[in-house]
Amino acid sequence: MTTPLLDVRDLVVEYPTPNGSFRAVDGVSFSVARGDTLAVVGESGCGKSTIARTLVRLNKPTSGSMVFDGTDLGGLTEKQLRPHRHRIQMVFQDPYGSLDPHLTAQQIVAEPLRVRGGLSGRTVNARAADLIERVGLPRTALERKPVEFSGGQRQRIGIARALASEPDLLVCDEATSALDVSVQAQVLDLLAELQREQGLTYLFISHNLGVVRAIAQHTVVMRSGRIVESGPTDQVLSAPQQEYTQRLRRSALVPGTMQGRKPRAVVRAIALARRAENELLARGGTDQHAQAGPDSPVAAAPTPR
Amino acid sequence: MSSPVLEVVDLQVELVTPAGVVRAVDGVSFTVGRGETVTLIGESGSGKSTTAMALLRLLPDDLAVISGHALLNGVDVVSDRRGVNRLRGRTVALIPQDPMTALNPIRTIGRQMVEAIRIRRPELSRADAARRAVSLLEQVHILDPERRLRAYPHELSGGMLQRVLIAMAISAEAELLVADEPTSALDVTVQAGILDLLLELQETTGVAMMLITHDLGVARLMSDRIHVMRAGRFVESADAEELVQHPQDPYTQQLLAAVPDLGQWDDPALAHPELAAAAAAAALAATHPELIPEASR
Repeated sequence: MTTPLLDVRDLVVEYPTPNGSFRAVDGVSFSVARGDTLAVVGESGCGKSTIARTLVRLNKPTSGSMVFDGTDLGGLTEKQLRPHRHRIQMVFQDPYGSLDPHLTAQQIVAEPLRVRGGLSGRTVNARAADLIERVGLPRTALERKPVEFSGGQRQRIGIARALASEPDLLVCDEATSALDVSVQAQVLDLLAELQREQGLTYLFISHNLGVVRAIAQHTVVMRSGRIVESGPTDQVLSAPQQEYTQRLRRSALVPGTMQGRKPRAVVRAIALARRAENELLARGGTDQHAQAGPDSPVAAAPTPR
Repeated sequence: MSSPVLEVVDLQVELVTPAGVVRAVDGVSFTVGRGETVTLIGESGSGKSTTAMALLRLLPDDLAVISGHALLNGVDVVSDRRGVNRLRGRTVALIPQDPMTALNPIRTIGRQMVEAIRIRRPELSRADAARRAVSLLEQVHILDPERRLRAYPHELSGGMLQRVLIAMAISAEAELLVADEPTSALDVTVQAGILDLLLELQETTGVAMMLITHDLGVARLMSDRIHVMRAGRFVESADAEELVQHPQDPYTQQLLAAVPDLGQWDDPALAHPELAAAAAAAALAATHPELIPEASR
C-alpha cells in the first residue's frame, strides 16, 4: 500500500471566543491518496471550512497532525512552512470576492509565478497564457479585469491562479456553490479533466451531495466538528448508515426521483427529525441557538469530554 | 370556476441601465389560483426575480418601465400604481431570499411583528398584537415564542428568521405569498424544514403561492405548475411532474441534465416520515445521554 499524500490524524482546531474557546474541529482523521479526490460534506458550522483553512495554514491546529507528503505541516513555523506552501493551493467559494478587481487576469494568474521568483518576464507571460488556456479561456481574456467576466469564468481564473504554483493538492472550498447548475457542471468537468491530465489531488469541501458524487471517490460526512460517517462516495450515498447522513441524503432534492404531486414525505421526514431534536434539547435545558454553530443543534449540546 | 388570485398577461419590464435599456421580462403570461403554487425557474439573469419584483411594484419607477396587465385580486398592479400599496402586506406578502437582512437589526422580533400585525389589524392593541405574535410563532413551530419575541434578529439562526418572516406573511392573511428564493441562503436540512412549513401552511390556509427558484428539486417538490424562464421569456410551461419527467424544450432538458444524480437509495422515511423523528431523537440521545429525562433512563 502506498502512503497517502495527505494524512490527517486527530485534528483539533479551536477558535477563541469571549466565552472561552470554541472547538470547530474535534478530533478528525482522514487521508487522501495521490491523484484521488476526498470530499468533506456537511452544513454550516460543521467545521469543514475550518479544515480547509487549517490545511493551508490560515488557521493553526490546536492539536493533532497533518502529514503532507511526509512532513507534518501543523508543527512548522512560518519560515519552515514556506517551501511547502506552493504545493497546497486553494480555490475559494466566491468568484466575486476572491479576485482583486484592480488586476487583470494576466496579473492575477502571474502573481504566484512572480512571487516564487527565478522566472524571466517573458516566461511568466508565456506561462500565464498557457494556464488561462488550460482552464478553457481564450488568451485574450488575460487583458481583462474580473468585472468583465461571468461567475463561471472567474472561477476558472481562480483555478488557473491556483495551478500557477504547480500544487500537488488543491483544496476546493465550495468551489462551485455560487454558480448556476449548468456552469457548475462545466467547472466540475474542468476539475476532473485537470486531475486526469496532471494527477492532481483534491480535497473537495461541499454541502452538495450531488456535486460530491460527480467528483469524489471518497467522502467524509461531518457534523459539529466530528466525522459522522465516511467511506467510498457511492457507498455513503447508496447505503447511508448514520441518521444524520440519511437526513442529509434525503435533503438533497433530486427532481427526477420524486413521485407524485407535491411529494410531501420528502421534507416531512426531515422537518420532523429536526423538531424532535430541538424538543429534546429544549427539555434538556439547552438553547440550541445560543452558541456557535447556530443551525446545528448538536453543536450546542453540552459535549461530554 | 372562481377567478385566479393572480393573472398576468403579457408582462414586460424594461430596466434602464448605464449600458442602455434592457428588456428583462419580455412578455410573460401566467395565472396562480387559490391553493396553487406556481413556480418561475431559471438561472441568474433570466428575469424571474424581476418578474416578481415588478408584480409587487418594488422596482424603482424611474429605472423600470412595466407594461402589460397583472390582476392581483382584481386590481391591475401595472396600471394602478397606488393600488398595490394597499395590497402589499395585506393581499400579497413577500418572503424574501435573505432572512438575515430582511429584518431591522436594531429592533426586537416582537416589535417588528407587532408592527406588521397592526398593518392588517389596526384595531388591535399592542398587547393583543403581541399575543397574536406568540400564536403565529407557534404556528411556524418556533419553540419558546415569548423569549424569541424579546430577541434581536442577530440572536436567531437563518432558519428561525425565515420562520419569523413566514409568520409575518401569515399575519397579513395574504391571498398570495410571493417567495423569492426563500431557502437559497439556508442549509439543506433547514431548507427542508422551511419548505415543509410552506406546504403545511398552504394545506391549512389555501394560500396561493408564487415561487421563484433556481433549484429544480425545490420547484418539483413545491409546485403545481412550473414555468422555465430564460432571457425574459418562458421557454416551457407545464405541470410540475410532467415537466420533470418529460421535458420538451432543449433548455429544460439541459437544466435537468445538469442536476447531479445521487444514485439509488431506498429511503425508509418516505413511507413513514415519523420514523425519521424517532431515529433523530435516538441518535441525539446516544451521543448526549444527559438529554434523556431521569425517569426513562
